[in-house]
This record gives sequence, C-alpha cells and structure tokens, in this order.
Amino acid sequence: MPQVKSVMIVGVGGQGTLLASKILGNVLLSQGYDVKVSEVHGMSQRGGSVVTYVKFGDKVYSPIVEVGEADAILSFESLEAARWLPYLKQGGKLIVNTQQIAPMPVVTGAMAYPQGIMEKLGEKGVDLLALDALALAEEAGSPKAVNVVLMGVLSALLDIPEQAWQQALEQCVPPKFLELNKKAFALGRSAQQSH
Amino acid sequence: MKQLMLGNQAAARGLYEAGCRVVSSYPGTPSTEITEAASTYEEIYAEWAPNEKVACEVALGASIGGARSFCGMKHVGLNVAADPLFTASYTGVGGGMIIGVADDQGMHSSQNEQDSRHYAIAAKLPMVEPADSQECLDFVKYAYDLSEEYDTPVLFRTCTRVAHSQSIVETGERQERELVPYQKNPQKYVMMPANAIGRHVVVEERMARLAQLAETTPLNRIEMNDPKVGIITAGICYQYVKEAVPQASVLKLGLINPLPVGLIRQFAQQVETLYVVEELDPVIETFCRANGVAVTGGKELFGLLGELSQRKVAEKLGQPVPQGLQFGEPVPVRPPVLCPGCPHRGLFYTLHKLGVMVSGDIGCYTLGALAPLSALDTTVCMGASISGLHGFNIARGPESAKKSVAVIGDSTFMHSGITGLIDITYNRGLSTVIVLDNSITGMTGHQQNPTTGLTLKNQPTPQVSIEKVCEAAGVKRVRVVDPNDLKAMEQAVREELAAEEPSVIIARRPCALLKYVKAKPSLVIDPDKCKNCRACMKIGCPAISSFSGRMAIDETLCVGCDLCKSMCAFGAIKSSAEVEQ
Repeated sequence: MPQVKSVMIVGVGGQGTLLASKILGNVLLSQGYDVKVSEVHGMSQRGGSVVTYVKFGDKVYSPIVEVGEADAILSFESLEAARWLPYLKQGGKLIVNTQQIAPMPVVTGAMAYPQGIMEKLGEKGVDLLALDALALAEEAGSPKAVNVVLMGVLSALLDIPEQAWQQALEQCVPPKFLELNKKAFALGRSAQQSH
Repeated sequence: MKQLMLGNQAAARGLYEAGCRVVSSYPGTPSTEITEAASTYEEIYAEWAPNEKVACEVALGASIGGARSFCGMKHVGLNVAADPLFTASYTGVGGGMIIGVADDQGMHSSQNEQDSRHYAIAAKLPMVEPADSQECLDFVKYAYDLSEEYDTPVLFRTCTRVAHSQSIVETGERQERELVPYQKNPQKYVMMPANAIGRHVVVEERMARLAQLAETTPLNRIEMNDPKVGIITAGICYQYVKEAVPQASVLKLGLINPLPVGLIRQFAQQVETLYVVEELDPVIETFCRANGVAVTGGKELFGLLGELSQRKVAEKLGQPVPQGLQFGEPVPVRPPVLCPGCPHRGLFYTLHKLGVMVSGDIGCYTLGALAPLSALDTTVCMGASISGLHGFNIARGPESAKKSVAVIGDSTFMHSGITGLIDITYNRGLSTVIVLDNSITGMTGHQQNPTTGLTLKNQPTPQVSIEKVCEAAGVKRVRVVDPNDLKAMEQAVREELAAEEPSVIIARRPCALLKYVKAKPSLVIDPDKCKNCRACMKIGCPAISSFSGRMAIDETLCVGCDLCKSMCAFGAIKSSAEVEQ
C-alpha cells in the first residue's frame, strides 16, 4: 500500500490555520506528491475549534484524518492539543504553541481551563515539542505570524529543501508582509533545531 | 498546469472551460466559493441573487436565452429553489443549465443535513456527484454536454468534504459557446396545463433514455479487485472506501440519478458480498433492493446520521482500526462565538437582559443562542424569524407581542424576510422586528447583497433601503439604532415592544471584520479599579478572560469596541492609548 502521511493543523478560528495549510499544501505539491488539504469554513471559523487536514503521498484518497492516523499534529493553542490528541498516530509528533486562549465555557466560568497540559502530554510518552510561538511571532514583528512560525517548526521535521518553503511563502503571503513572515519562518525553523 | 484547488474552485474552473456565460447564486456554506471563483473570470457574468429561487430562475432564463448557465446553493437553498426546479425539468433548456447543490453531512454549518439526491428523483433530473476537485471540473463539463444533449437541467451535487478539500487539478482552456438561437416555443416554455401535459411525457421519455446512458457513461465504473467484497459507492464515500478497504472491488457511481440497474446487477454477480456505502439516506441501497439485488450491508451498518470516514467504513467492515491516546480529563468544548467587536453582541445582551422571546434566523447572529448571551428561542430557516414570530403572537394573543421580537440579518431580510413582514402588516399583526444590519452577508464570508451598494464583482449599484422597504410594506414605526449604544438600544426595544402596532428596529453597525472598519486601540483593565465583579463577562466577548483569577483583555483579539467599557460600573476598563498617555 502506498505510503501516505497525514498532518493535522488545529487551533482557534482566526489564528490563521488556513494560511498555514495553504503554504504546506503548496510545498508538498512542488515536491511532486499527491496532496489533499481539507478545511472547514463557515460557522466553525468564528472563534471555534478549527482543524485542517493535510495528506500527501503517492496517491491520497480520503481528504480527512481520523483517530490514530496523524503523523504530526501542529497545534496553535494548548487546549486544542489536548482535544485532538486521540488523532495522533502511535509515535507521531505533537508540536504545540503553548499560547492559551480561553474557550467560552471557561470565559463564563462553567468549566476550568486544564492545568499543566504540556506536563500531562509528556507523561503519556507523546513525542512533544512545545514552544512559545507567539513570542517568536512577536519577535518577528507581528503576533499574527504564529502560523508561519509553526510552519518553520514543521519544516525542520520534513525532508523537503528549504527553498521550496521559501517559494511557497512567496506564493501565499502578500509582498508587504513577506520579510516579516520569512523572519517568523526562520525563527520557527531554528526553534526546532535548538531542542 | 497542475494546481491545488478547492472542489468549489475547480467547479468554477469547469464552468469557465465549458463556456458558461451566466452565473446567479445565493451564498451558502459549503457552496459559496463556486460563485466567488466564477466571478473572477471576465468571460462569466456572475451575480448574487437575493435568494436561491431567484438565482435558479435567472439561470433558467439565461438558458432559455441560449447561454450555458449555472446557479449554486447549499442543500437547504434547493428547498427555496424547488419551485422553478421542478418545472425547469419540464421546460428543459436552451443553452446547458447546471444547478449546483452542496450538501452538508455532519452539519458543519447548517440547520439540517437533508439529502439532496431526493430532489433529483422527485424532479426527475439527472444528478452527477464528483469525488474530488478534478472530478468537480470534469463533471461540470460533462454535465453541460448532458444538459444540451438530453434537453434537461442537470443537478451537480457536492458535500463539505469535496467542496472544501483541495486536491490536484489539471486545468484546460476555455471553449467559447455561441448562444443557442432563441425561438419562441410556447409548447416547451409556457407551462400551462395543456402544454405541461405534453412535457411530462417528454420528461418520462428523457428519464428512460438517461437510465440507458447510466449503464454506459464513463462516470460510472467498476474497479474489480478481490471479488470477496464488492462495494457500491459514490462521491466522497468512494475515497473513504478506497482508503479503508483498498483490496475490495468497487462500483463507483458518478451519475447518481438515474441509477444503472444493469451495471449494478452485473457488479453484484461478480462479487461474493455486496455493500452499499453512502452517507445520509439509503438512496442507492433502496434502489438495489427494489430491483432484487441482494445487499449484504447498507444502512444497518453505516447508519443514517452525519458523515462517514475511512475509519467508520473500516470498522463496520471488520477491519482493524488504530486506537488513539486519551487526554484523560475533560477538555472544555470550544464552540464558535461572536467575534470581538461584533455589532450583534450589544443587541443580544439587551434582549437577554429584557428577557424577551427571540425568534431567530440564519446567520452569524444565530450564535446569539449560545451562553452567556443565550438570547435566541428559535432558529428554523431563512426568513422564519419574522413569519414564525407572527404565528407565535397570533397563537398567544396581543400581550405576547409586547414580550417578543424577531431578529434577522440584512441579507436574510432581503432573501425572504420581506414577505414575512408583509404578512404581519397585512394581517394586522403587532410584532416587533429587529433587522441586524451589519452591511454584509457575514457568516458565509462577506458577500455583498442588495443593501450594500456593491455587486458580486464590486461594481457600485443602487442600495436597497431597508427603511423604505419596511415603510412601503406598511410599517409606520421604523427606527435606526446603533446596537453598541446599550442605553439607546434598550430604550428602542422597550418602546417598540410597547407600541400597539408593528415596528421595525434597524440595528445598524458594520461587521467588525470588514476591511473599512478600523479597529481602535485595545482596551485594558486597570487592576486597581477592577473589583472582579465579572459584569464585563456577561457580554460573552472572547477577548475577555480571567486566567489568573483577575480579569484581563487579550490585546491581540480586542478591537476596542468599548462595549465592555459600558458594562463596567467602576471605570476599570480603559483604552490602551489612554493609559500610555
């Protein structure tokens, strides 16, 4: 059976997960893979939990990723990492931006935001890379560049020439934000290597 | 050239390449991007219609006029367009006509998950269903040829996972189509009884010929593998089947109405066990059983609800599936919320505070149903807020009209709210209607509409005045209020509820996400003044939280709308610009 790899990009509506999946999809396309990227628009985009699936390989059929199938999950927010944990494949990589965004049940006081999520994920033996991508994005010049910082982190895990990523950035990011995003990407890429 | 395209973008590309000239649609997730992408091609005239019925009629008119035409909508939009749809089946077409309908299995962004295949059966129209973006492009082109050869509109069905998944597409060139010459032909186009009786005969003959086509069309194909397991499937389910049981033999259907009885029988004979994998209703399965084809497993395995997946298919067919890790403690849900700065928030806070019954509608403001605003009592379909409220108040008497309102967005009001309002004035109703005019069609991602003064292609155009429409409908009490002015909003609602006649309040403030709406500096909380009374939490703004037990405003989310500031009795919320000074 042809080898298909699955990546999930999860976060909170408005965090720029769609741009991240667009960049990743274009990089994979440039490498000659069959690629499918699945998004959900509409209702769930309004500050809700959002998920994008990216699958690539010789031949991809289903565009979605199911429980226990993700080779990597890129979580833009701590709680979302906990939510989507069941989707991680055994031995899969979990990359988490440690930023915390309170969901409405926490805002209203109906539920508590779980404490020590990273420690708990670590205790389960998950191959975890936790980083403060928001700080890196701010260092690059804008808190909105969290998505590109995380693409930088992911890029260091995939065996794809850096040039392909740079080209995809140029394709997907408006020219006036390109330098900022290139810096964000570089910060993410080296954050991975320093761990 | 190979590129990644959404199913919707690929369908639009198909329209372009097939020489389509006229597109008229109403936005609806997950169908919207077909029309948005079509509007980027100069060769295609594309418009937003006020609703799907109008869109379908425009497309039919364009087809009678000789052009290849398209109208797009979501599954529930087809309910609205059903009237022209059923009779367009009788008239047939001039130029090719496609009706695109996007189902939403799993209800990612819909109020129901009806199966639009029933419409194809009921209206006696051919329906095609693609399984990926390339097929979206190819099937659109095929559907136009089919439409013209068989003199019929063609239904083009997608679903969320096809419409909103990107996959690789090989594009081609546009082939211009000359207009089909128009000739007056009342027997075909004037559907009065004498003519329609004759056309029904044509419709039945056409369906019989289409059933023959279904046996041989390249859209339906058998992929023989291991004969132990045979699966009949279509659309996105084909992808799940191929991933879950790659060794199985598959009959993949692309033309899903009418179904090919011969091909199904032939496939059934070649396999030892036969399964039908389809989402929602047992359309293919029922057809098989009605034609004496034994089905080993169908709906009793896969169910009638929601989406399938490769995992669900594998599990039901006895294949091993991986187990995932569990986090081990409750993870709070993260439902969608009204955005920071959303103009609907102030209104819903007011309505919740006044404790009125709120007859709701379809749009971003449906989110006003969620805690802590918890304002909505009902949401059914486009326009039902107004007519539903009228019925509610008739049932419960005049006092009820003093404790209830309808809320409806600007685009939804244009879509099908006006007729409900006329029902109230015409029938001496007393109800109060609030039009939430945020100057855009919000939930589907910012589409223009008749009240915004711009067309789909961003050309300036006369603005429909909501005030004047209401006045012309016979409403004497029409007033405009800024929903972020909580005092004025409350006063307006109180006064109009008390009035012994129908009234309309237009709560007018543009959507906070519109590019021309400039965010103000973020607000901050002065810890010395904050008493931690949590009054600011009552408006359900996602930018306000209390992680460390103290109230805090997330400056990356806050747009400085000042609503929380007007909630604070202690003057603890200030603009960050003020603080810096």
